Amino acid sequence: MALTADEVRHIARLARVALSDEEVERMREQLSGILDHFAVLNDVDTEGVPPTAQSLDLANVEREDAPRPSASPDEVLANAPRREGDYLRVRAVLDT
Amino acid sequence: MPEIDLDATAHEHAAHLRAGDYTARALAEATLARVQAQEPALNAYITLTEERALAQADAADVRLRAGESGPLIGVPIAIKDLLCTRGVRTTAGSHMLEPFVPFYDATVVARLDAAGAVTVGKANLDEFAMGSSTEFSAFGPTHNPWDLDRVPGGSSGGSAATVAARGVPLSIGTDTGGSIRQPAALCGILGLKPTYGRVSRFGVVAFASSLEQVGPFGRDAEDVARLLGVIAGPDERDATTAPMPVPDYTADFGRGLGGLRVGVPQQFLDRGLGPGVGEAIEQAIAVFEREGAIIDRSVTLPSADAALAVYYLIAPSEASANLARYDGVKYGFSYHEGGSVEEDMAETRGRGFGSEVKRRIMLGTYALSTGYYDAYYLKAQRVRTTISREFDAAFADHDLILTPTSPTTAFRLGEKLSDPYAMYLNDLFTIPVNIGGNPAISVPAGFAEGLPVGLHLIGRHFEEGTLLRAAHAYATLTDWHMRRPPATPAS
Repeated sequence: MALTADEVRHIARLARVALSDEEVERMREQLSGILDHFAVLNDVDTEGVPPTAQSLDLANVEREDAPRPSASPDEVLANAPRREGDYLRVRAVLDT
Repeated sequence: MPEIDLDATAHEHAAHLRAGDYTARALAEATLARVQAQEPALNAYITLTEERALAQADAADVRLRAGESGPLIGVPIAIKDLLCTRGVRTTAGSHMLEPFVPFYDATVVARLDAAGAVTVGKANLDEFAMGSSTEFSAFGPTHNPWDLDRVPGGSSGGSAATVAARGVPLSIGTDTGGSIRQPAALCGILGLKPTYGRVSRFGVVAFASSLEQVGPFGRDAEDVARLLGVIAGPDERDATTAPMPVPDYTADFGRGLGGLRVGVPQQFLDRGLGPGVGEAIEQAIAVFEREGAIIDRSVTLPSADAALAVYYLIAPSEASANLARYDGVKYGFSYHEGGSVEEDMAETRGRGFGSEVKRRIMLGTYALSTGYYDAYYLKAQRVRTTISREFDAAFADHDLILTPTSPTTAFRLGEKLSDPYAMYLNDLFTIPVNIGGNPAISVPAGFAEGLPVGLHLIGRHFEEGTLLRAAHAYATLTDWHMRRPPATPAS
């Protein structure tokens, strides 16, 4: 299945990944080639077969809802690229 | 005091340490010296943790002097740089996490620390564990100790190479589609992927959450069994860990290969194996047969041929969601010269991620997007069910399924870099196992054109003990796991 450059740019926008024009073209070729290999899935009859999300037969694992010590703001924020007090600093999201 | 033999296994070191033949401190210093001497050739590590190692070694010596015994007290180990280490940067092999220093240990790291292991360093890997050659590391490729012009496999290539080169006796890797077993095969050591849910993933940088497991590398089955015994078991911080007790994985070591019902799916042996690989596997099958295993070549896994497609839809889909957290705001690499929040985020991700990671995020985003979800993602999850059912059917009357670990031996650096699908084919035999959640091990099974070949044994869910029993018996009958690679400096 051949993707177009515009489709690649649309996916990149959804994924929030900036790509150069050269990357778009390489991605278009490579993803199209990989998608062709997925046709093999149509050879498997899955009529009435439920999907599997994970292979372990566990559901609704619970533990006691008890308070416990948590990480300090300094620990959590130590890796922040930009910090102001106990907050992460980000650019304005809304136009003013 | 006897001289320290750095080629010794972990259980041999443990015996010497208990006997007081040498101290954990002396072993740690000698190990660090050898690892450092090998690094220019191998590049097996992203970060060496000398200080942490020596502090842990001193603590181990205190415990040893107090008469404590345990399989890992004072034993050096390498940890894939995908597991968080408190106070030690954890990069996942990515520029994105180059500056990241976690404030907590992964559960596996904490268990190793409590067991007295000595962490020598954080091992190199393909970026975010995506790859089969360790060439996608942002910190340069790791080289195979058997031939420095070849890849060690991946994604846990650093963990495999340093154990094969006799730098450390043990290491930790992760396996999402073969990332422990394939590098174990290409480097000539043992590597085990536990059953999904057997080992905690808490503190492991997430790639494909429904497929990946943490597991051990070693040079003999006993070491792998003991290390698995330490890291396995339920963890309330990972709700996908199974609540069952951890057995003694060496319990069946005396039982040999006799009576084991072994299925050999012919479809895997007919799949264009590299020169010498099929012959090595046939010789291994002959050993199993001679020792009383019942070989059945009629077993089939008809849908396993679709496993690669299932994997390359499910894993990238999960990756595209898991890696959405790298936004340049909370931690890691951050670009902030753009004209808007969205541009900053896209540039952070465009510049911070390498080519394979971007390829998989794009693939996953596409598979999950409106209009394609049913045809790709949901279809892949249905085929996943079919593949799991075929495994269950095969294991109704077989104890093990036997295949090659990898279709070829170690390939040359750069050989498959420009063709993503050729790289994906490395994991043809290992991927179906992650789809089914089963445990599997790669065991050294001889050489083809001078390079190691791996024998792949797959087992029933939570029957790692059977894999290790067979691996121990086979390794004892052969001596492939004792062969030492020629290409690395010894000290």
